[in-house]
Amino acid sequence: MRQSILTRLIIFGIATLAAVIYLVPTFVPALPDWWSSVLPTDRIRLGLDLQGGTHLVLEVKVDKAIENNVERIRGDLINVLREKGVSGVSVERVEGTQIQVKVPAANAERVRGILKSDFGHLVEAKTQTSGGISEFYLTLNKEELRSLRDYAVDQSLETIRNRIDQFGVSEPIIQRQGQTGILIQLPGIQDPERAKEIVGKTALLEFKLVDESVNVEDAIKNGPPPGRQVLYGHAGKGEGLAAEKQAYVLESRALMTGEYIQDARVRPAEHLQGASVELILNPSGARLFEQITAANVKRRLAIVLDNRVYSAPVIQERIGGGRASITGSFDIKEARDLAIVLRAGALPAPVEIAEERTVGPSLGQDSIQKGLISFIVGGSIVVLFMIIYYKGAGLVAVGALIFNILYMLAILAGFQAVLTLPGIAGIVLTVGMAVDANVLINERIREELRAGRAVRSAIEAGYKNALPAILDSNITTFLSGVILFQFGTGPVKGFAVTLCVGILTTVITAVYVTRIYYDQRMAARKLDRVSI
Amino acid sequence: MELFKPGTNIPFTSYRKIAVILSTAVNLAVLVALFIKGPNLGVDFAGGTMVHLKFQQRVTLSEIRQAFEKVNLGGAVIQNFGEADANEYLVRFEKAAVEIGALGEQVKKSLTEQFGAGKFEVRRIEYVGPKVGQDLRFRATMSVIAATIMMGVYIWVRFGSAFGAGLGLHFGIGAVIALIHDVLVTVGALMLANYELDLTVVAALLTIVGFSVNDTVVICDRIRENLRKIRRETLEKIINVSINETLSRTILTTGTALMVLLALYLLGGEVIRPFAFSLLVGFTSGVYSTIFIASPVILLWEQRPVRKR
Repeated sequence: MRQSILTRLIIFGIATLAAVIYLVPTFVPALPDWWSSVLPTDRIRLGLDLQGGTHLVLEVKVDKAIENNVERIRGDLINVLREKGVSGVSVERVEGTQIQVKVPAANAERVRGILKSDFGHLVEAKTQTSGGISEFYLTLNKEELRSLRDYAVDQSLETIRNRIDQFGVSEPIIQRQGQTGILIQLPGIQDPERAKEIVGKTALLEFKLVDESVNVEDAIKNGPPPGRQVLYGHAGKGEGLAAEKQAYVLESRALMTGEYIQDARVRPAEHLQGASVELILNPSGARLFEQITAANVKRRLAIVLDNRVYSAPVIQERIGGGRASITGSFDIKEARDLAIVLRAGALPAPVEIAEERTVGPSLGQDSIQKGLISFIVGGSIVVLFMIIYYKGAGLVAVGALIFNILYMLAILAGFQAVLTLPGIAGIVLTVGMAVDANVLINERIREELRAGRAVRSAIEAGYKNALPAILDSNITTFLSGVILFQFGTGPVKGFAVTLCVGILTTVITAVYVTRIYYDQRMAARKLDRVSI
Repeated sequence: MELFKPGTNIPFTSYRKIAVILSTAVNLAVLVALFIKGPNLGVDFAGGTMVHLKFQQRVTLSEIRQAFEKVNLGGAVIQNFGEADANEYLVRFEKAAVEIGALGEQVKKSLTEQFGAGKFEVRRIEYVGPKVGQDLRFRATMSVIAATIMMGVYIWVRFGSAFGAGLGLHFGIGAVIALIHDVLVTVGALMLANYELDLTVVAALLTIVGFSVNDTVVICDRIRENLRKIRRETLEKIINVSINETLSRTILTTGTALMVLLALYLLGGEVIRPFAFSLLVGFTSGVYSTIFIASPVILLWEQRPVRKR
């Protein structure tokens, strides 16, 4: 049964009032206090393409994290086998994440036993025996792999969140995307390059000894001797390429890594311009650092960050107190960024940018303005057309259209939906498509009138007969909007949202709201003629 | 005001052979072009880097090219963006940014060297890695296909009970054929106008699929009604009457949509223009395909008269 006109008017009134209330925060810049305490304060949020900012998708190189882990396990395995007195074994990492164990066939069963009891998370991928030598190929089991992967991504996300918090960006979005991706949105940042640098730096800090007994040129030409590696220097902004070409031969094994860092601070450099970063180690780190320096007085200790040597000072004496500093010629800004990444800690695996979209603020401003202009112009044309074509009934449809836009924006604000440039296009498009429902109704009413019905019953029949077509046609568009939402990213999702919300409000305003008007007129017995 | 006098009876269905031949030819041409030349893929789908620049004063393409010669990012394709006096350019690099954070820095540095600081503005940088591009390409294709099939299924299910399951299915197929037609025509127009296929254009294609089927739905709805009213008539006659009765509505609805789209196309700015263009073409094609393809095509294999049970 149709509700009474009064009931419907009340519902309509409440809905409209609510819509206005939800829209006030968006259009009133400074809300009074009494408003904020009881009424909604959420504004329509602008997408990155409208307010400017950076959208990043990082791909965590989880394989690298797994390789590191396998390397560690290899070390453990060697130790355990040595402790248990198994001789003649070679343990190597092959194909990235496999461990190859070669033992004399006589010892094979013992090794297998040790593997089973002490290394339960390794599975034998392949075993072969030839010439009296058994070869085991071991991989991590599935659960271990999955948890390593998850850990690498979650840990990276946490670290990146830390860094961004310290960098200071308002309302960043940082979330996992898919299996190994991290989605980062930084609205309104001024210097996207710097932000990217901070987010993407692995920041693996290592202390390694310089091996001065090896000639650097020989090591570069013939490859470093076992257990040694060649790394290059880091060039600060002030330095030329010379620093970057400076090569060092280092012992591959790191004496210490950045995990012991408790705090990192920027210190102005002593004599030069620029700055250095002072590291404050935690107690166990301080103890370790003291031991290392005591054991290696007069040797050079290289401070390596992401495989670049920042400096390699000679250890003059044992260093207590847990303080070390990274020098190099960086300016204050660089030093500050370095301190941020060191404080937040290293990423468990390197990351790579899989997708980047940066929009400058001026383009967003332009887009909003142009979107608004096309909305006004396109809307006006439709309004004029409807009034000319349908006269009175056209006016009713235009009224419905105004409420339609009002409700639509209110829903966007209330649900904190993000308005993007395609989203604005979606609103403009809704204006053009919304009148379809009224066109269907009005064409029907005209038909019924031509068929000789009285005004009242023509309107009844018009609404009733047009309804299935209105619903069907809106459902199909809605369905494609849902698919679009599933498929799309950022801006396109914004379009899908406005399209779908627009369809809902269209059906409500074009069918429900206009009907109130006609029913009211009919009830007041004013309707013996209809302007259509 | 009325677009068409009541009782208008244009024998649309009798043009179906011509329409089908014409549309098949156009669609084949688009398909051939797609296979030979391939669509013009934007950064979203092809991967690579796109930089959108705005200069304070007039610069020439060769000056920009010169600036980028030092940036080791592979061949740069530079084109004008927007009106000629806007001094805006799009630069496409094939190669991806190698190191994190390096790209923007490099671009800025080489431009500053060439033009001086503050003489230009980097308005937009888009970089899409090869894997993401491939993934997006796949998802875009799948979603357009899924949406198209879904529309067909919707019509089949919705009208199956009224038309009988067999005829309902045929209407669904007819709708799908019309939608494929609209999508192909739009893609062809995009290629002719030299627009790139990107995410927003695919959004437009999906919208075309959702919107274009509306007309078909409305006509089907009318056919259902007329099957009840008009008895002992051929299906052709009923389809034709239904198309004519809904003709005003079909034209009007698409007309108002085209009005706002034209505003968007002309005034909405360069970024949204390919999107508006796609919708303009697709919606126009939608009217044609609804009237001449979607329902009439059924008559190619469905000639028997329909009787109401």
